[in-house]
Amino acid sequence: MRQHFWSGVLFGIGLMVIIDEVIFHQLLQWHHFYDRETTGLGILTDGLLTSFGFFAAVFGLFLFADLRRKVHVHWPKWIGSVCLGAGGFQLFDGVVSHKLLQIHQIRYGIDILPYDLAWNIFAILLLIAGGIMLKKTSFVREAD
Amino acid sequence: MEYVHDASFPGAGFEIAVMVIGVIVLTAYYLAYEKQSNWPLYRFGLFIAGVLTAVISLAGPLANEAHGDFTVHMVVHLLLGMLSPLLLVLSNPLTLMLKSLPVLRARQLSRGMKRSRYISFLHVPLTGACLNIGGLFLLYMTGLFHQMHSSLVLYILVHLHVFLAGYLFTHVILEVDFTALRYSFYHRAAVLVLALAGHKILSKMIYADPPEGVSRTAGENGAMLMYYGGDVIDVTLIILICYQWYRARQRTYTIQRTPSTI
Repeated sequence: MRQHFWSGVLFGIGLMVIIDEVIFHQLLQWHHFYDRETTGLGILTDGLLTSFGFFAAVFGLFLFADLRRKVHVHWPKWIGSVCLGAGGFQLFDGVVSHKLLQIHQIRYGIDILPYDLAWNIFAILLLIAGGIMLKKTSFVREAD
Repeated sequence: MEYVHDASFPGAGFEIAVMVIGVIVLTAYYLAYEKQSNWPLYRFGLFIAGVLTAVISLAGPLANEAHGDFTVHMVVHLLLGMLSPLLLVLSNPLTLMLKSLPVLRARQLSRGMKRSRYISFLHVPLTGACLNIGGLFLLYMTGLFHQMHSSLVLYILVHLHVFLAGYLFTHVILEVDFTALRYSFYHRAAVLVLALAGHKILSKMIYADPPEGVSRTAGENGAMLMYYGGDVIDVTLIILICYQWYRARQRTYTIQRTPSTI
């Protein structure tokens, strides 16, 4: 159970960081690399979060590979954990990084409210979906 | 030309010295390689690639271009401080050296390294990370970057430091070569994440406030290159240490497995 959970959560966090980097920074160019209002604290936490995210994505996948050679993978449990990790990170990013620390906004030059709502509601949906999947399968035991 | 006063800086003497050192190191590795019957050829290939990377970033057209163009300077910084150390560490030069020495001499040397106070101070993941990233902070956030381009001594010291600190850091984090001390996977992973974060933070600080004598656009381009180029090398390091963890787990299974009853 524990390795399913950690592998999924770490990979979910890493997946979100990569999606954020690839889609919002590079393809859409909505997020800015740096804007002149970014605070020192913002740069610091963003650097820490991104580098931890890269590590989480890679290590999550290696944990998963290790899991697969040990036991029969219980997919709903793993995917549920991925949803929890991804949703948790997205909510953290949406509330703490975008709003409290003001590192950067989702998009510039438009009314930000619908974007923020969509972002955070999607995060909460992911958390709920992950929670349901884990709850349904929690009776399945694994020889860890 | 933005921040260089003298076009011929650092001079032909310096470039020749770099190439001579490169040739000497390559010859030494080749001689040791030839004596070993089971040393893989790809390691020699990695070593050649590592030495060439270091040499082209200090001598020749790319190095000369770097004196006038901050973006090219960042390419050089990535090659000398990150890529070349990675290639060299993967070619395991210390292991090869110990293997080619006479047994008694090698034993003395490795025992000496394990007992040395100097090495036990340096050979710590956090020390490596601080020397590496801290040195870069000093270089770009103080006037050092500007002064480096008018003093040959400073120029040599800074480049030597960038290379050696990069090598020490890669060596301690990866632990693929002979190491005097060992650290747990989680310890090394945590320091690697911190160092990667430091690299990212510094490149954004350069973006916001480029060193003296560097124009704003040049500073922004250089900083972006440092940010994303650093990502490539650091993700490679992350994959390598996670793969080590994966292999080590494999070993524990094969030891613990109870003999099958047929």
